[in-house]
Amino acid sequence: MDGLIELIDGGLGNSIQDPGRRGYRHIGVAVSGTLDRPLAACANLLAGNHPDAASLEMRGIGPTLKVQHGPVRIAIAGQTRATLIRANGNTQPLAAWCSTTLDASDVVKIGAIADGVAYLAVSGGIRVAPELGSRATYQRAAIGGINGRAVQTGDTLPCSQPTQRDLREWRAEPLRHDDGPIRVIPGPQDEHFSTIAWFDFLNSAFVATPEMDRMGMRLSGPKLSHITPEAADIVSDGVTPGAIQVPANGQPIILLADCQTVGGYPKIATVITADLPRLAHWQPGQEIRFAAVDLTQAGQLLAAQMQQLAAWQNGLQAFLPPGSLDESALYNLNLVSGMVRAEP
Amino acid sequence: MNHDAHRPSPRLLPLGDAAWTVEFGTSIDPALHGRVMGLAEQLRHARTVSDCPALASIVDVVPTFRSLTVHYDPLHGSGEMLGRQLLELAENAGQAATSGRRWQLPVCFDSDLAPDLDALAASKGLSRETIIERLTSTTFHVYMIGFMPGFPYMGGLPDELNTPRLASPRKAVPARSLAIAGEMCAVYPWESPGGWHLLGRTPISLFDAVDRDNPALLASGDEVRWLAVDRDTYRAQEAALASRTLARDSFLLAPEAAWTV
Repeated sequence: MDGLIELIDGGLGNSIQDPGRRGYRHIGVAVSGTLDRPLAACANLLAGNHPDAASLEMRGIGPTLKVQHGPVRIAIAGQTRATLIRANGNTQPLAAWCSTTLDASDVVKIGAIADGVAYLAVSGGIRVAPELGSRATYQRAAIGGINGRAVQTGDTLPCSQPTQRDLREWRAEPLRHDDGPIRVIPGPQDEHFSTIAWFDFLNSAFVATPEMDRMGMRLSGPKLSHITPEAADIVSDGVTPGAIQVPANGQPIILLADCQTVGGYPKIATVITADLPRLAHWQPGQEIRFAAVDLTQAGQLLAAQMQQLAAWQNGLQAFLPPGSLDESALYNLNLVSGMVRAEP
Repeated sequence: MNHDAHRPSPRLLPLGDAAWTVEFGTSIDPALHGRVMGLAEQLRHARTVSDCPALASIVDVVPTFRSLTVHYDPLHGSGEMLGRQLLELAENAGQAATSGRRWQLPVCFDSDLAPDLDALAASKGLSRETIIERLTSTTFHVYMIGFMPGFPYMGGLPDELNTPRLASPRKAVPARSLAIAGEMCAVYPWESPGGWHLLGRTPISLFDAVDRDNPALLASGDEVRWLAVDRDTYRAQEAALASRTLARDSFLLAPEAAWTV
């Protein structure tokens, strides 16, 4: 059965994303997709979905949604506050890291996203039509999502109803990301930088500037000098999310999911896959440090992250929402055994 | 093995833990690009005949001016093994055996569609007509697609037209504008900011996501010649392409056909 959710307020900075668009980079199409794929997977698993289902990536102010066709199950992963207003007017806080089943006319108001990014999953995933093999929104080329743009007031999100009217909801502890320095693999153009620049890169704190979006984030810190002024430009070659470009001003730019496919600035290093999700949570003014690892260590860290996600999934707990009737428990109780004497 | 002064060994550069860049050189050079496309061809062949998991982990192969970037899924294959195989293929790869497609693409040079043509003519001391003649008698080579989906970096611009980018880029370049800068020629697929000189406009969309098999008109390795058309032809082709009564493929030349001058 189909479910349908209307955004009665689109919020700000929210877009439909999935793991992204592969196989089109040779014609200049960015991968796009979720900035924090494990976090999106958590939202989906809480909602009973495949971890890679399309969800709503929220990066500013969350939307207010109203169920048009229900029931639908939703779940939020990330740091935000939300309020559930039932069709009968009852209002209650809606917790993240916990699924909730909504009926037609129920309204959920999601507030500001506290630490960079959060995900809203809906039962069955958001079922907009895939474009070039993905539902991920790529705004630069107006591909994917809803008309290739961020969601806005009045948009509707097609989804499905939970397959069985299972009364159980699911909750889990928040998924924790590693802390410590962001780990990088040197190159591909590390030799364009002086020894001092490389030392500064690994031994200084950089600060995230307000210039950050889904394409990349600009940092400020010690000037990373190129070996010669000419070494600050290269004939364009391939780039990828996580690549750290350093233009002539010596201030690094970390590319993110919507980055273009080729670039003309030398890249001092590239963030490993396991640490890309962490970058989505950096706030302007926050310090960032880097540490170099090799390919073997990067592989171990990625495997550890997958194990951590699997362990998190094993920790999912079923519960009955307050006020619901537990029919299986009712059937298992002998309600008539105490009814021998019926007189008052 | 091919090692001589004119053929420096390809270098394997790590682009994080999910991509390798095989670099053949550092400059813009058709011979270098031929080797890039040669490796792309070898890799395509190796992927079809081998069931090697490292090759199966490849998700994107991106040719650029001077290198081939191979993106892979680090969860489904060994990066080290893939790197070794890429380097081996690169050392043995020659120039691409099959050449790219050849396109003869219409362009209208009317003044309102070519806002920088007169200024370029004045700065080069050439007539409008001479610039148009130079542009339409040049065979452009598509080195790579980038900057935005479908945006072709085409080399081969005659030296006398070489010109730096505009001092202040436009906030909105109209879609399908033919543009030049430095030694390059390109077409903007969409309206976007841009600092290249706008010399005309083509009726053909450079990117069409509806065409799922070939969303981008041009591919790395293709060759392009511009054919000047008048305003009526431009309008008619624009309308026919938009209504899909004219296919983009109709501007392809057969491999053996001569360029129309």
